[in-house]
Amino acid sequence: MQTRASLRVGDQPWVKWSLISLALFIVGTLLIVPLVAIFVQAFGDGVQGFLANITDTYTLHAISLTLLVAALTIPLNLVFGVFLAWLVTRFEFPGRKLLITLIDIPFAVSPVVAGLLYLLLYGSNGWLGSWLMDHDVQLMFSWPGILMVTVFVTCPFVARELIPLMQQQGKEEEEAGVTLGASGWQLFRRVTLPNIQWALIYGVVLTNARAMGEFGAVSVVSGNIRGETNTLPLHVELLYQDYNAVGAFTSASLLAGIALITLFVKSFVEWRQARQRRVLDEVSE
Amino acid sequence: MKLVKHAKSVALALAIGLSSSHSFAADQTLLNSSYDIARELFASYNEHFASVWKEKTGKTVEVRQSHGGSSRQAQAIIEGLRADVVTYNQVTDVDILHTRGKLIPADWRDQLPNASSPYYSTMAYLVRKGNPKGVSNWDDLARDDVSSVFPNPKTSGNGRYTYLAAYGYAQKAFEGDEAKADEFVKTFLSRVAVFDTGGRGATTTFVERGIGDVLITFESEVNNIIAEFPDHGFEVVVPKVSFLAEFPVAVVERHATRNGNLELAKAYLDELYSEDAQRLLAGFNYRVHNEVVQAEFADQFPAVELLTIEEIAGSWDDAMSIHFANGAKLDQLQRR
Repeated sequence: MQTRASLRVGDQPWVKWSLISLALFIVGTLLIVPLVAIFVQAFGDGVQGFLANITDTYTLHAISLTLLVAALTIPLNLVFGVFLAWLVTRFEFPGRKLLITLIDIPFAVSPVVAGLLYLLLYGSNGWLGSWLMDHDVQLMFSWPGILMVTVFVTCPFVARELIPLMQQQGKEEEEAGVTLGASGWQLFRRVTLPNIQWALIYGVVLTNARAMGEFGAVSVVSGNIRGETNTLPLHVELLYQDYNAVGAFTSASLLAGIALITLFVKSFVEWRQARQRRVLDEVSE
Repeated sequence: MKLVKHAKSVALALAIGLSSSHSFAADQTLLNSSYDIARELFASYNEHFASVWKEKTGKTVEVRQSHGGSSRQAQAIIEGLRADVVTYNQVTDVDILHTRGKLIPADWRDQLPNASSPYYSTMAYLVRKGNPKGVSNWDDLARDDVSSVFPNPKTSGNGRYTYLAAYGYAQKAFEGDEAKADEFVKTFLSRVAVFDTGGRGATTTFVERGIGDVLITFESEVNNIIAEFPDHGFEVVVPKVSFLAEFPVAVVERHATRNGNLELAKAYLDELYSEDAQRLLAGFNYRVHNEVVQAEFADQFPAVELLTIEEIAGSWDDAMSIHFANGAKLDQLQRR
């Protein structure tokens, strides 16, 4: 049955191999080499130098501030994301479509603009800022401000992961649960959560990666106070400006390490999700 | 619950991390908002000040530092960053704290000696090993075989100083003949190989990309770059005439009062003028006013005729409107 017309691009070995080597070359020069370079630079002064840079007071503080912000951002966005996804997939109400679109605002807006918006609102010349100033509340240029913009920038991740999945799964199982007399909490714990858990983890992984790596929005509201409002990405820039290239790359290697771990966790979760989907398909057949 | 356990361990790690950096709680803290390349300088000065303050009052003080481009730093203070003192590299950036924020008095320059500028610097040249092009003054930079690198005067204070230094030189050399001075600066600008947006970018262009024969930047920076890249054998050339780059300081009175730090903030800036502090500043390649220290560091700082902004353009406001505004002199001279 095979005719010459069905021969596709890539069936000829030379096309295939030149495409593969081109792809490898691009991946190598654009991704792998810079990644390796980060670690080579970080260990430029040997392991001792690396450790000395990591244990620097300001670096330690930057690490803990970054972890603190991520640790607070994740639960906030987790609750918000689940609530939102549940709302738009389980209920019909006017403006539902609009709400789904609005969730994406933080993706559409440049992080720097997001930072400036918060500054204009909560800065001492802002609408709310002058009131806060009179009541001696400092949000901008301190860690709560950093947390606020990070939550803003990362808030779509969880909801975006959940909405398509929950739409696909439908509400039959939950309705079955209700008829069997499950309370709201039982329903969530026993029916909804197990169905969405891998998508949820996926969303959390993405939120975490972005929360730790965010530069633009945070840099606007940080005030760059060393040992107080300097997050890890800002710390990298600051060290680089100080001509401390090894220190900068040491901090950068931490961020790169987080990114790599994120990637592995992400692939694992994707694999689990795919498996769950297969199981679901088999059951429905 | 696994999750709870995990959350607990994270919280513990955070607590350890945060407490390690706040392990010694000082009696008083002061926030200094400064320009981006002054970190080591103030790290060193803060230590000095802490010991002086301890001796004087018996109290410990921790000085926090905020660093960034000084225009942005000033903007942050206007937006609510509660810095007690500012130590900047541009007079205009301190001025806007008065004009836009009313955070400091109009006469802030009269509050401390030397127009509130405890140290100063000037624009100098970094040349390649052995100074192969024999560059010694501004007229060499207009030669067609010499190309220079400095940040864009549109975006960088550093670049503005270089432009003004070249312009001031031309005004002197042509005895106030404006047409000739303009022509000279036009030629000078046409010899620029790359205009980077900031000082750090210009350094990278010159050092790592190997572009240009001369890098023009602060004298204090030139020496740092030499120290940073010892293998390149770069050399400093200080021109005979250059621009007086002031490093103004001021107490942000509104914030300092609010923070209960007014006295401490004033003492912090006053101490910059003491002999010990001036010696420390000179050690970071800044020129200082103290005569004893000047004599000690005479070899390091070749004599240079320094032109002030008043001599070149009347005032900073005038300089901005005559030279740097859109369509003003800089734009006209850059049109090739």
